[in-house]
Amino acid sequence: LNELIFFINTVVISGVVLGSIYAVGAIGVTLIFGILRFAHFAHGDMMTMGGFIAFLLAGMASAAGIVAPVPTGFLVLPIAMVIAAALALGIDKSFYAPLRQRGARPVTLLIASIGVTLIIQGVIRLFFGSGSYSFFDTEPKQLFRIDVPLPDVTRTINFTQPQLLMVICTALAVIALHFFLTRSRLGKAMRAMSDNADLAQVSGINTKLVVRVTWIIAGGLACMAGTMLALDVTLKPDLAFNIILPIFAAAIVGGLGQSYGAIAGGFLIGFAETLAIFNWAILLRPLQDSLPFTLPNNLAVVPTEYKLTVAFIILVIVLLWRPTGIFKGATT
Amino acid sequence: MMQRSVLLFAGLFCLFAFVGWVLGAANISLLLVQSFAYALIALGLNIQWGYGGLFNFGIMGFLMLGGFAVTFVSYPINAEFWNSEGPFLLARALLAFAAGALLVFGASRAHLIGIRGGWKTALTVLAWAVAYIVYRGQIDPAVQYIEGSAGWVGGLGLHPVLGWLFGGVLAAGVAYIVGRICLGLRTDYLAIATIGISEILRALLKNMDWLTRGTLTVSPIPWPTPLPQALQAQGVSISDSFVYSRLGFLAVVLVVVVIAFVLVQRAYGGPWGRMMRAIRDNHIAAASMGKNVTSRQLEIFILGSVMMGIGGAILVSFGQIYDPGSFQPINHTFLIWVMVIVGGAGNNWGAVFGALLIYLTWMVSDPVAQWLFGMISEQTTQAGWGPIPEIQSRASQMRVLVLGLVITIALRFAPQGLIPERVRRER
Repeated sequence: LNELIFFINTVVISGVVLGSIYAVGAIGVTLIFGILRFAHFAHGDMMTMGGFIAFLLAGMASAAGIVAPVPTGFLVLPIAMVIAAALALGIDKSFYAPLRQRGARPVTLLIASIGVTLIIQGVIRLFFGSGSYSFFDTEPKQLFRIDVPLPDVTRTINFTQPQLLMVICTALAVIALHFFLTRSRLGKAMRAMSDNADLAQVSGINTKLVVRVTWIIAGGLACMAGTMLALDVTLKPDLAFNIILPIFAAAIVGGLGQSYGAIAGGFLIGFAETLAIFNWAILLRPLQDSLPFTLPNNLAVVPTEYKLTVAFIILVIVLLWRPTGIFKGATT
Repeated sequence: MMQRSVLLFAGLFCLFAFVGWVLGAANISLLLVQSFAYALIALGLNIQWGYGGLFNFGIMGFLMLGGFAVTFVSYPINAEFWNSEGPFLLARALLAFAAGALLVFGASRAHLIGIRGGWKTALTVLAWAVAYIVYRGQIDPAVQYIEGSAGWVGGLGLHPVLGWLFGGVLAAGVAYIVGRICLGLRTDYLAIATIGISEILRALLKNMDWLTRGTLTVSPIPWPTPLPQALQAQGVSISDSFVYSRLGFLAVVLVVVVIAFVLVQRAYGGPWGRMMRAIRDNHIAAASMGKNVTSRQLEIFILGSVMMGIGGAILVSFGQIYDPGSFQPINHTFLIWVMVIVGGAGNNWGAVFGALLIYLTWMVSDPVAQWLFGMISEQTTQAGWGPIPEIQSRASQMRVLVLGLVITIALRFAPQGLIPERVRRER
């Protein structure tokens, strides 16, 4: 059973963590697509930006001598999310709104989002160089060990405090978003606009306000996802390029424009990635005696370097098999 | 219209002359060769996006393929590999690959023997799995053996121009596969899919140490024209030798660019180009007129990718080093998009103009930013705030910001580009 616990440690826990990061990122992408009808390529960079804002705030907090039972990254997360939401609004105001007013096609907005990507990336690199940063230079990661009350089990289920908090944060964000979309007037207006923008406008919905709220939510969630990613691995200016593919894959797999689909897609991609790079030989080794062949040392489906291919292959399969995603998505 | 483009090109020429005067002949000849190689790549993207309206965010992947092709073809032969068991093991892996491909193909034809619906899907999945396991079973030991003994396969020792052609062929092959899977998807999906492809190509080429030496990098890759060292051996002074040899390389590149330009420009005016624009502007109408939209788009996707592959091969053989780790989406995908958008999508003169202008801006913004930062740093030191730390590394990041600003301004004030596509109206 030790092997099973190892499986839980490496696959289930990291899959849940990765899945929540992807899900939170993909919700932003899918909301923007639903309302504004374009694939927002700068989302990965907005995540990186959010991560850096949180990093700066955490640095300030620890310099001010604030000590908390949770990592400072989580302590400052709400403030960072507010700042990131404001920045997202500013980005929309200065880059996308003028183009929308001119009546540009969604494709032009897509190209504009490349420009935004480059600008955000340039600014981050200008201030932080190209090195990598960690939230845990000054404080240690707290490790939880849970003993399994079963005979002859020596391993424990391990996870870190940030990982636990991340999952809790994601759950909170998802529940809050659910209530916002189904209960509040604005949330209903948002869903109406994502179903049919023209109809929403003629029925008296303030579409400009809806667009603003979309950017606030997307910016805040991007900041959260970026901070979580930075807490889980490390913070680098070029984090965005590694994350953009799984996030878009999650959003498309779930059906672009479908928030719940994005959550499902995020967890699907997260688990698929961890399952694919897991070394299955470890799990099969106890059964060696009953197997007709000898097990090789490494039996991962794909080598770790090719983790990225997993998201892509899932994306292609879904596109071929069900082009609108698992939940039926919107079209341009 | 015509006047405007002539003026713009004259201005560009003056700009190059000025930069050349400041930086010296050796630097400007280097810049010229690279910017014309980028012009070829920009022409490739201009076909795909400007003529055909296809989103390709995977340019980096095709450039890497071209680079790999020229490395593989023109690098000297690695005798140690050919004398070892390596070729035999690789041939077995190739055979396994072929068998796997046959199996998958067979499964996709299963409906001919009466297996349909869910059974066929199951059979196809099974065939893929079996093929993958068989291939991995053969390739893994081969890779281990080669990396343990000879290091990598080495090159073929042929002429670099053959390598450029092979780069085009390889890019065409990959573009065919990508196009078959992804074309017909919506614009946004195509963009994501091509990003995915290029990232996968990067992961592959970076990690296949047996084939590309991965992060160990391969150098020196030979030139089609005499190298500076060869000229120095003939008694040319060191500073002149760099200029002459680079000018020689430039001549070859110019020939390639001019041929590509003439072909592409002729195609634009011809029935083929007209059909492509019709498909771009309204593919439903074009389809109802009897045009096979998907296969025409596949055609144009492959054609553009070939030019990208050749351009990438030229860049790598000019730089003499193949380092898969040095390829980045910003430098090799988005830079080219900025070139085409700023220059004018759909107009070949615009694409070439954009390529030359943006590459110059990209290369020059580094020293300019360094100079600017130096000035500011002096001011802040005088004001008592101390100098800006790490000016060198910060200034080199400045060009990403400049690139982003350029494309944003272009989209805002000249959305059609500096030399826009001329829409001819027949009366």
